Amino acid sequence: MHPSLLTLTDIRKSFGGVRALAHASLDLPRGAVTALIGENGAGKSTLVKILSGVYQPDAGEIRFDGQAVRIANPQAARALGIGVVHQECLAFDNLSVAENLFVNAQPSARGLVDWRAMRTQATAVLRDLDADFDADMPAGRLSIAQKHVMQIARALTHESRVLIFDEPTASLSQRECAELFRIVRKLRDAGCALLFISHKFDEIFELADRYAVFRDGVSVSAGGVSEVTSDELISLMVGRPVGQLFPKLQVEPGVELLRVENLSRAGEFEDVSISLRAGEILGVYGLVGAGRTELAQVLFGINAASSGTITVAAGRAGVALVPEDRQGQGAVLPFSLAANIALPNLATLAPRGWCSAARESQLARKWIDRLGIKAQGPDQPVHHLSGGNQQKVVIAKWLARNPGVLILDEPTKGIDVGAKAAVHAVTSEFARAGGAVLMISSDLPEILGMSDRVLVMRRGRVRGQFTRAQATSESLLRAASDA
Amino acid sequence: MSAPRIRLSDNTRRDLGFAALTAALFLAVTFAFPGFAAPRNLAGLLDDTAILIMLALGQMLVILGRGIDLSIAANLALCGMLAALFNRAFPEAGIVPVFVLTLVAGGLLGACNGLLVWKLRLPPIVVTLGTMSIYRGAIYLLSRGAWVNENEMSRDFLAFPRAEFLGLSMLSWLSLAVAAAFVVALQRTRAARDLYAAGGNPEAANYSGIDPGRMQFLAYTVCGAIAGVCGYLWVARFAVAYTDIALGFELSVIAACLIGGVAIAGGIGTAVGVVLGCLFIGIIRSSLPLVGISAFWQMFINGAVILVAVLLSARQREFKRTILEART
Repeated sequence: MHPSLLTLTDIRKSFGGVRALAHASLDLPRGAVTALIGENGAGKSTLVKILSGVYQPDAGEIRFDGQAVRIANPQAARALGIGVVHQECLAFDNLSVAENLFVNAQPSARGLVDWRAMRTQATAVLRDLDADFDADMPAGRLSIAQKHVMQIARALTHESRVLIFDEPTASLSQRECAELFRIVRKLRDAGCALLFISHKFDEIFELADRYAVFRDGVSVSAGGVSEVTSDELISLMVGRPVGQLFPKLQVEPGVELLRVENLSRAGEFEDVSISLRAGEILGVYGLVGAGRTELAQVLFGINAASSGTITVAAGRAGVALVPEDRQGQGAVLPFSLAANIALPNLATLAPRGWCSAARESQLARKWIDRLGIKAQGPDQPVHHLSGGNQQKVVIAKWLARNPGVLILDEPTKGIDVGAKAAVHAVTSEFARAGGAVLMISSDLPEILGMSDRVLVMRRGRVRGQFTRAQATSESLLRAASDA
Repeated sequence: MSAPRIRLSDNTRRDLGFAALTAALFLAVTFAFPGFAAPRNLAGLLDDTAILIMLALGQMLVILGRGIDLSIAANLALCGMLAALFNRAFPEAGIVPVFVLTLVAGGLLGACNGLLVWKLRLPPIVVTLGTMSIYRGAIYLLSRGAWVNENEMSRDFLAFPRAEFLGLSMLSWLSLAVAAAFVVALQRTRAARDLYAAGGNPEAANYSGIDPGRMQFLAYTVCGAIAGVCGYLWVARFAVAYTDIALGFELSVIAACLIGGVAIAGGIGTAVGVVLGCLFIGIIRSSLPLVGISAFWQMFINGAVILVAVLLSARQREFKRTILEART
């Protein structure tokens, strides 16, 4: 018997020039939980999709039980016995639990679906897992935790021997996590090979036997969990020089422009207090799902707070938000550059309700020059621009209003290095000219390079505040991930 | 182990509720006009509703997969014209070749919709709005705008849908057979269950190895084939073929689906519900003249019923969500 059930060697995968996995290797032994660790964007999700047959690797070898295999599609993964419990809980809310377990693999007799067999088998698996729901329940009525259990049951009905958990505890309560761990240990003792993807170090040390660290699509380290400390894991995850690149200007903080006290929104974030002064850049760091975007939406007034107060200094034109979803929420893609920049400024551009194309063009030209937007002219539709230039347009439309507080949500996500530097330069300049910036980012070098202060959020709460001098990759990551 | 509890699924509960409503409507009309429940009248009611039932079942497949087929009535009209022209050219060929011709032609027209939606990822409503006009236009090109009248149709061709067996027309029997086949197939074939899955959550379906686009393609093809055969039945029943037959009928078909509890967002709906929806429309349509109300009110009532049905199902979902959130 081969010692490892599943072995990946030198897996490579690129998407149109963007490299997701470069030299990814992973070893999953039988009867062991292996933790896969890495920052956002380290290539973990791509690896999961390759293992579940949704993506094909460009190069590399996958061995199952010592045999080289190709996982051509999700059915092939299922046939091999590889099951995935997805982070997003991919469930069919319109179908019953039993049907969810057997989608595209329904037991059938003489060409017709055998509902009785399906229900019997589903009930047996659910009983094995001590699930607190039954096979006839509509999946739409399950809680998130129950849906996770349903996904595990789904993997088990196909006799999976390899189970992949993609951040399963991200949205679970303490009690639900304990229940999940009980099931994971049970599967491990039954000889399954388990891969557990998590950002939470306490979980990793509690549950995992082995670890593997990915960084920028490369596997950088692997070994037994008992041989490492959480500090070592964090430095393996980060492991890169930080600083220099960012044109941070030294500014003396001025008057307070934004004061947030004990702000909460049910189910999203709790008890957040912030004081932001003119000239300051406040970085907000955290993992995906920490409640940062939700906070920004409340500060901008898209959603209402359930409790707490927000005070914005009078004078300049309030709060502006450059949202994370640039194409969906930031820009109106089919509109021209001029029309996009004009949108939040119509009150000044068209005081009596009559729009003037000339005035709009003039304003757009000014910002094209100021931000170095690469476009043919003010009339070009925004969807023809590159991501970086689209982002500059979104920033320009708000800066044209001269806001007091500028909220940037992942301002440089997915844009090239040149545009990134330009966005950073504009941000710094805005702060120098007396604005206050609240910058949400998952990009550690960006947070460390740009911020005067850093606020770290985790599960909807502020878990740490750091001055520029105190903030390091290690300290922020530790605060963000329960280490 | 406790005795198995009897628990009705959401689908069954919705169908039973709607069946009760339809029965209540039927009883109310019968109470006012005892003649309404006469066997002869009921047979006529089914005969009038038969084509709507078959079309709505086909449309339902498309809607289950998150599509919509606005071209269904144009497809019917084009295949009806094809059938009439074929019959005029080969009056001795009998009706079997007519069935095959309309089934294949309708299937191909449906497959065109399906391919555009699947391979080019165009929005279903846009695709079928376009093909609706194209198919109508094709009838004009095919017939050069001329009508095919009763005297140009062969005796077999005209007789089939009207032939009576055990008190019901062949048309009625055909619709009952199609409905029965749908009840079994939707519940018990893997392809149909995959269609429900793909319509309920296309992304999750993808992860399960189901291609949602391919399921849409199959749904459009079956829907088109049904529309094609209904084209022949329509032309033979009304004994005339011209460019504008069944003009606007696609809206009645979609209305029947929605009234019958099919979710416009896909993934939810039953064959029984759709048949009930058609009967509901049929009862209203045939009773309004008795009450002496104009046909305008029929449209008004259909519209009101759709809105109420959609409102109720939206409320139901919201209610469930509240329960869920209260518990977690």
